[in-house]
Amino acid sequence: MIKRMIVAGLALGLAAGAAQAQDVKVGLVLPYTGVGAELAQPIDRGAELYLKMHADEIKPYKIHLIKRDAKDASGANAKIVVQELLTQDNVDVLAGWVYSPNAIATAPLVAAGKKLAVIMNAGTAHITNMSPYYVRTSFSMWHAGHALGEAAAKNLKAKTAVIGYTDFPPGKDSLAAFKMAFEANGGKVIDEIPMGGANAVPDFTPFFQRAKDKKPDVFFVFVPGGDHSSAVVRTYNALGMKEAGIKLIGPGDITQDTKLQAMGQSADGLITMHHYNADLDNPENKKFVAAWKKEYGPDSTPDFMAVAGYDGMAAIVHAVKGLKGKVDGEKAVALLKGWKYQSPRGPIQIDADTRDIIMNEYLSQASFQNGRVVQKNIGKIEAVKDACKANKVGPCAK
Amino acid sequence: MAGIVLGGLAAGMVLFIVSVGLSVTMGLMGFVNLAHGGFAMIGGYVIVLSMNRLGVPFVPAVILGFVLTAAFSVVMERLFYSKLYRAAELDQVLFSIGLAFVMIASVIIIIGPETQPLILPSWLRGQMDLGFTTYRTYSIFLIAVGGLIALGLWLGFERTRMGAQIRAAVDNRKMAESLGINIDRLFTITFAFGSGMAAIGGGLGAEFLGLDPQYTLKYLVFFLIVVAVGGLGRITGVFYAAMLIGVMDFVLKKYVPQGGTAFIYALTILILLVRPQGLFGRKDA
Repeated sequence: MIKRMIVAGLALGLAAGAAQAQDVKVGLVLPYTGVGAELAQPIDRGAELYLKMHADEIKPYKIHLIKRDAKDASGANAKIVVQELLTQDNVDVLAGWVYSPNAIATAPLVAAGKKLAVIMNAGTAHITNMSPYYVRTSFSMWHAGHALGEAAAKNLKAKTAVIGYTDFPPGKDSLAAFKMAFEANGGKVIDEIPMGGANAVPDFTPFFQRAKDKKPDVFFVFVPGGDHSSAVVRTYNALGMKEAGIKLIGPGDITQDTKLQAMGQSADGLITMHHYNADLDNPENKKFVAAWKKEYGPDSTPDFMAVAGYDGMAAIVHAVKGLKGKVDGEKAVALLKGWKYQSPRGPIQIDADTRDIIMNEYLSQASFQNGRVVQKNIGKIEAVKDACKANKVGPCAK
Repeated sequence: MAGIVLGGLAAGMVLFIVSVGLSVTMGLMGFVNLAHGGFAMIGGYVIVLSMNRLGVPFVPAVILGFVLTAAFSVVMERLFYSKLYRAAELDQVLFSIGLAFVMIASVIIIIGPETQPLILPSWLRGQMDLGFTTYRTYSIFLIAVGGLIALGLWLGFERTRMGAQIRAAVDNRKMAESLGINIDRLFTITFAFGSGMAAIGGGLGAEFLGLDPQYTLKYLVFFLIVVAVGGLGRITGVFYAAMLIGVMDFVLKKYVPQGGTAFIYALTILILLVRPQGLFGRKDA
């Protein structure tokens, strides 16, 4: 049934495509309502901003964004909207996906629909293996997790670590990535604490109390971006873990730019590994941040999700131009393999083998200066590949 | 050990403050109000936004949250709730869950979907030395405030005329009416009071539970559990139930984090199997 509908949809799509090759329809699948709404917003804004900033280059093609609400992380609604976008709206490209479970759930549809599908967040490592049409412009949990495991042992000279993670696929990925690199470099993980699911922010106190009792050198925390991160930093400070000599480290989700300023003094000293922060010093980022503030207000700031939406749209535009408006899925993916771009996060590339992103990882330390939290670069690892696929771990081995 | 007790008690106090209003309104009015979390959310927003955007100090902000939310709930009660007092329970559930969704959507439209951070005044931040242990100041503050509120409510219910009227209405509404108690007015006041309590809970609890439009439904199950376990309309029951759930949840999360929240639900099922009316509820309530 689904297959027949998709075939019918494709036929319609081809007919429509022949009529107007200048117009390209991009279906944007994001959780516009519900808990994920605050994650959808920066991606949506990043994508829109790319189109606005590069309007001249995109001509004569016209990109239409068709926005659909993926709602929660259950996958159910994401499947419905992806199917509708393919069969009713006859989109040329799919994009979006905040939650990994949604990208996992829609992988068979994406494979059957044979359209380029650009993942702008969902960071579970093996997702790109699940459909040959998935291209990821965000990150995999392994990028930062693995790089930080290495840096914790080498740069921070940590011997022991406790890991706290949100108990869902990206959390488990992040944990595995950090542990692998940390232990390969002589560290030891002495406790692993699952800290509830992704849909509600738990009271972190009991988990952090447990971590504090174990007295590790570093406490590695992965939580999804958004309101989780503020709660993590608050609880860490309130329990006096800093005074107890335990460093809080994690991927950049805990210092997400949109949450960072509200943390104020309590963010001082946080050490994170990530591919983007709004303080990155390069010309593309300066332009990007300035354009962002002009568009969305001086108090707003882009974050790593915004940059994934922005770069994702850059990838789509590259495919549209390369294929002269006729974005055949097969050809678009081929065109994007090995694609290089100067992103606000530094040079990026789509790995020709895995369709995942290759980018720099920055080790940053937050400091509170003149009433503002600033992220300072204290280390950089260039051209980091998704370590899960590089090391053939678990479901990435395929 | 002290850390577990203090952390658990603080978590329990938040549950108590939000749930006690629900217990009173549900117990007294027999109204299944699933929008109770919405009043907590709105109250929390008033408290946090008046602090962050208008620079109102912490304590006046909390009072403002109580007053504005109570006033808003009076409007809601007169406009909608009062029409449904005699309706079937399913109708009340559908109405109040609908209202909860409307509240969520309205706040998203007016203020936005993002979390509102509670920025505590400096005297509530950091650690406090209690002599036998040091612990986070805010937790200790919550335990003290929760204790005071519990004591105040208990006195109010046991020692005042209003409290006696409410207790009479809970126990036997028809008899209370025939004695000349103005049930309509009593309902409005109680409802406003319950919503105001929820507002305080929403604001004070934001440090632990976060605060965003989804708050309305996120923790509803916990509030309902506290009320069910404590027994409807029983201040002391809700207090002990909140402490029990708060401490148990804290201990289980610390020592068996793999279990998630499953233990709390299992505990609730067990308690309700043994005492369907709740730990402190009366059989006829």
